[in-house]
Amino acid sequence: MSKGKVWKYGDDVNTDVIFPGKYTYSVLDPAEMAKHALEDLDPEFAHKVKPGDIVVAGKNFGCGSSREQAATCLKFAGVQAVIAKSFARIFFRNAINQGLPVVQCSEAVDNVESGEKISIDFAAGQIKGEKGIFTFAPLPEFILRILDSGGLIPYIKKKKIEREKNLGDKNA
Amino acid sequence: MGQTFSEKVLGAKARKTVKAGEIVTVSPDYILTHDNSAAIIQEFRKLEIERVKCAEKIVIVLDHVVPASSEKYAQNHKDIREFVREQGIPHFFDVHHGICHQVFAENGFALPGKLILGADSHTTSYGALGAFSAGIGRSEAASVWATDGIWLKVPETIRIEMNGKFPAMVSAKDVILKIIGDEGADRANYKAVEFAGPAAKNLSLASRLVMANMAAEMGAKNGYFAPDEKTISWLEGRTQGEFDVVVSDSDADYGAILNYDLATIEPQVACPHTVDNVRPVSEVQGTPFHQAIIGTCTNGRIEDLRVAAKIMKGKKIHPGVRVLVIPASRREYIQALQEGELETLVSAGCLVLNPGCGPCLGAHQGILAPGEVAISTANRNFRGRMGSRDSAIYLASPATVAASALEGKIADPRKYE
Repeated sequence: MSKGKVWKYGDDVNTDVIFPGKYTYSVLDPAEMAKHALEDLDPEFAHKVKPGDIVVAGKNFGCGSSREQAATCLKFAGVQAVIAKSFARIFFRNAINQGLPVVQCSEAVDNVESGEKISIDFAAGQIKGEKGIFTFAPLPEFILRILDSGGLIPYIKKKKIEREKNLGDKNA
Repeated sequence: MGQTFSEKVLGAKARKTVKAGEIVTVSPDYILTHDNSAAIIQEFRKLEIERVKCAEKIVIVLDHVVPASSEKYAQNHKDIREFVREQGIPHFFDVHHGICHQVFAENGFALPGKLILGADSHTTSYGALGAFSAGIGRSEAASVWATDGIWLKVPETIRIEMNGKFPAMVSAKDVILKIIGDEGADRANYKAVEFAGPAAKNLSLASRLVMANMAAEMGAKNGYFAPDEKTISWLEGRTQGEFDVVVSDSDADYGAILNYDLATIEPQVACPHTVDNVRPVSEVQGTPFHQAIIGTCTNGRIEDLRVAAKIMKGKKIHPGVRVLVIPASRREYIQALQEGELETLVSAGCLVLNPGCGPCLGAHQGILAPGEVAISTANRNFRGRMGSRDSAIYLASPATVAASALEGKIADPRKYE
């Protein structure tokens, strides 16, 4: 996995500051959503983030609203992954369902700084930073399959196509 | 070792005995969506599946921006109405019914032992009636429409034992704010919260809805009150079908047990910008504000309007502030009209809005300008939530907000007893 620049934030980064509620029903295009990513936390972020960058945060990242745009806006802003000490449960699911990898690793959070370049090996469960290598438990297999498909909707669609193909083969 | 409520409900759905931590694939009894249905329809269309799998399980309530405040919102609502017709979705509640969580409950979908999913974080509310209910996102809602299935992790349970009786002018909102303040916004992340003990039985269904609703602010997957005779009598004449009461075994394995004595709780205020930044009203009284809100899915029911009206009866709100009142649903609105609370509140200078989410999520009807401060009975006070990122929100009970509205600064409601 290529190296990404770290954007580091604190605990309890909520979905309102990741993607403000005023846009939730008016901004529907993912590229447009990306322009508002982290708007009420760090107004600079959306202008300066580069593809492959990595968001690092403390505990309970993504708490609050169930709005999936909080994951969508980060993904379409080019964020490679979010590393946090813990994730709020709905955000955790939404990130996977948007194909945005989420990594729980307190040690890495405590040992990387904003601006540092780090890399993540998802299969091995390793984060390489300037201060060392930090390990995390890889996500379960079925979640990795959803992530690899690019999210839940493409995953279900892929399964549907495979099922139809199998049925077609049987009938042939 | 016995089982918790959550283990029993998810186990019954998965047709096996399950323990906390296991992942199950289950089929819900109902799936709730609101204005976000427009975006969910877009996701559903991507699947190239013609029909939703179980139309009768889908409940759609338009509440977030009602009536539509712009052409964009109007188009969303129109798309949803067309989809409802096209798919033959029987449970659709248009803009005039109220906030989804209240409408869902009062129409008898929230039933003991049921598994309910909702594309809204405050779906936890239905635990007040003994259901297992959890929030999900848009992609998952589209996926449930299409497949009637979802994976869920069986949550560990935190039991909160409540004893004692509330002092005057102290209510369910104060105790849930106190719990969140003590325990933190992530204390119940991935977990179930079971509200129990003798005092839980004394709480009205409306008060239970307040606490189960705000369990989400501790990160909870679901909140839960064991159904009792109050639950059953509240449900009479409302239920959408049969149900089985499910309760935790007496020897169930709880991750933690917390104890609260309601008699010792004073009015609580969550200060900007997190719900767990909670202080007793005595420490924040005198704080000036510009806008007060009494209502929302947390505290917009008749018992909330009654206490606000009692405090404001024959008085005027402070001339320096504006006060918005938002009944949680049309039914609560009608009752408050009939009982006279709305007359009292309007006479005092309050502005009554139509039942809906109103300004709570910052989309319309009372947005805050930079530098403005609000005190609200809602459930969330994150930075920028009700408008400008340079505004601030305090959260409190209807009694505290009503007392504050009279004084134009945060006030202790106990003097209005």
